Amino acid sequence: MEYIIGVLLILMIAGSIYTLHAGDLLSAIVSYGIVGFGLVIIFLFLKAPDLAIVQLVVEIITLIIMIAVIRNSSKEDLQESATIKVEGVQYVNLKQLLYFSGAVVLALGLMYYFYQSVSGLDVFGEHEMRMSQVYVEQGAELTGSANLVTGVLLDFRAYDTLGEATILITAVVGILTILRIKGRK
Amino acid sequence: MQSDKGMTIIVKKMTQVLVGIIVLFGVYIITYGHLTPGGGFAGGTIIAGAFILLVLAYGDDIMHLRVTKEGSSKLENLAIFMFLLFAIPGLFMIPSVFFRNYLPLGTVGELLSAGVIPLFNIFIGIEVAAALFTIFLAFVILKEEDK
Repeated sequence: MEYIIGVLLILMIAGSIYTLHAGDLLSAIVSYGIVGFGLVIIFLFLKAPDLAIVQLVVEIITLIIMIAVIRNSSKEDLQESATIKVEGVQYVNLKQLLYFSGAVVLALGLMYYFYQSVSGLDVFGEHEMRMSQVYVEQGAELTGSANLVTGVLLDFRAYDTLGEATILITAVVGILTILRIKGRK
Repeated sequence: MQSDKGMTIIVKKMTQVLVGIIVLFGVYIITYGHLTPGGGFAGGTIIAGAFILLVLAYGDDIMHLRVTKEGSSKLENLAIFMFLLFAIPGLFMIPSVFFRNYLPLGTVGELLSAGVIPLFNIFIGIEVAAALFTIFLAFVILKEEDK
């Protein structure tokens, strides 16, 4: 299973790299969908169908909304090449080189720290804390819900769900406010 | 129906066939949220997707879309208010807990079980569907106004 997830992660990384280098915004958004849909398959492999369903539908809706927003505004992107040509002689673009080496150093440092922090943990999925132990063992009889995820979301952690719904309301209010100012001129 | 708005006749006919099934599937995901994978968030997004499909396929004039946006915006606020309202009775019981599961739990695995969880699921579903549809409508209206 780890190998399948690894392959999917490489695919997702390739998709996001293509997103950065895509010619116009529309193909960038479509290729960014690779990340979302790869995540859906990973959730299914990790036995989290609830998350997979939500991720799938939210990814589709986000894609539609993004395309509806940028449909008329796909401008050509500025491409900065790795070499500069001045009077027929090729020079290496120093700024580009600096960005690239900085990214490599940052990635290596992050990988080192992630390895340090992960190496002390149990195998993924087998680590259970005291609190979640109670949820897993007595969740069904305490909430009466056969789906444990819904039981945790709407009974043990219903306050968090209220917060999530409030975030959605805030997003809608913000979008309506920003767009209304433009509409009134 | 035979207007020039929206997409071609093929898309319109397919939308006619599919939209009912999509809405039904969303309602199923919401109402069976406490038994099978899914719940308010997933089902609400599916229902919002069905309405977005309708608007994209058929198109609509901007005045009518504005009225629809007002309606969905109100529905969204009403749904989260009901969600909060159904959490309040838990405060008047012993022990007094906000978001307490105060209805009878019933048998695990039946449709009418799990106390208030199905009710919460339904309100969350309405709220998410209305919110996502409102966001989409706001963008469409903005684009129409820019022309």
